[in-house]
Amino acid sequence: METTPQFFKHGPSPLARLVFFVLLSLILMAVDTHFKYLYVIRQTVAVIIYPVQKMAYLPATIYDTASSFFDIQDLANENIRLKQQHLTDSEQLQHLLALEAENEHLRKLLRTTSRNKSKATMAEIISVPRDPFNRKITLNKGTLNDIQSGQIVVDNLGVIGQITRSYPWSSEVTLITDKNHSVPVQVLRNGIRSVASGTGKYRTLELYYMANNIDIQIGDVLVTSGIDGVYPSGLPVALVSKIKRNNTAHAFAYIVCTPIAGVDRNSQVLILSPQLPGSKNQTESKSTNIQPKDKEQEEIGVH
Amino acid sequence: MSTSYSEEEILLPAKGWFIVLSLMVALFLNLLPLQGIALTFWPDFVALVLIYWSINLPQRFGMSAAFGMGLLMDVGIGSLFGQHALAYSVMIFIALQLRRRLIIFGLLKQAPQIGLMLLAAQFVTLLTELLNRAHFPGWYFFLASITGVLLWPLVCSLLKISHSPKYDPNAL
Repeated sequence: METTPQFFKHGPSPLARLVFFVLLSLILMAVDTHFKYLYVIRQTVAVIIYPVQKMAYLPATIYDTASSFFDIQDLANENIRLKQQHLTDSEQLQHLLALEAENEHLRKLLRTTSRNKSKATMAEIISVPRDPFNRKITLNKGTLNDIQSGQIVVDNLGVIGQITRSYPWSSEVTLITDKNHSVPVQVLRNGIRSVASGTGKYRTLELYYMANNIDIQIGDVLVTSGIDGVYPSGLPVALVSKIKRNNTAHAFAYIVCTPIAGVDRNSQVLILSPQLPGSKNQTESKSTNIQPKDKEQEEIGVH
Repeated sequence: MSTSYSEEEILLPAKGWFIVLSLMVALFLNLLPLQGIALTFWPDFVALVLIYWSINLPQRFGMSAAFGMGLLMDVGIGSLFGQHALAYSVMIFIALQLRRRLIIFGLLKQAPQIGLMLLAAQFVTLLTELLNRAHFPGWYFFLASITGVLLWPLVCSLLKISHSPKYDPNAL
């Protein structure tokens, strides 16, 4: 039997195409979750999508600028408030500098390693979580600004998350509330150490495996403990918001915390880069308030 | 000139740049930084535009384009690489299967079937996330598909501008 010649070129049937694409995407997903081979492809796609991402955040930026432009009264108030804040802060900063020097000295006497100082880079958020599953944001600084994955992102109140992927012009931050993210913390009040794990839910963290009789109260502040070597110590992370002890289902207390920092409040964040204690080339950026030593003493002398 | 047939019957070929532009605008709308209620109801514009082009231009536009747009979405919102690509491929497959029926329907009759495709895409996304040990976000997750259906006539009429035949006074 003769086969009829085709009038139109169709290519493979839709079903065959579907099977091909389904297999391809399954492979991509499997490789993406378990290996790190897709770096280059992801980077290429990220470069393509960057302009659109940047444009999509433009309305929010314009709105912010426009609303601040029209509220002159607000601006004046904010200016006064910020000036007062600056005064109190600079007073505290002077104390801090003295304390830091003293701390350094004492640590030297005790022959312990000195605390890591970090340099900060200002970045802007260009995308926020879109679906309810992943808690990730994108920032407008990337490998071209020396941003590497593993760096910590904070806002003016506390820790936001950690950079997990860096592209040339942008980088992806996994928020501390992401289900695959944990921060080693300690309770500010009594120094109890724990790990705050993300739950994947909006503004919710949990402390797992804490005994029922542990001394943690509602309202306790959790700060980073720094024992992981990734997060610098002493950054505020979360407030304890709910504690359920002696629940029959679990052997441990159920402790829920709310992050102190929030990505929905401000569009600017700081990316901290870890620095070895020995290196002296810090404080290039304006965002850090710590001055080099001789300069700092001059300033103290002036005041 | 007889006007017994509807003028939408013969559509001009759409311009390539218009297709690309429409996809970029859809991507832009998808990546807008929204939060809360607005985000819950915000439809997947990329999915709507992909469905439109695959129904109206199946020769030029198909699953490969959908797959590519899925990858762009994945990197754009930072989800699992390949997740939206999978969802869009499945969605466009359904669209191509229902295509012959859809092109003879009016916009209102098309809407429920568009809803089916959008739901299929969302369901695939949900399934991959659940397999990746995510929490079930609640049934409100599917509300985005309903808004998508409601916006379908609007999206359709906007995209039709590019390739509907214009009235030509010199024709006769």
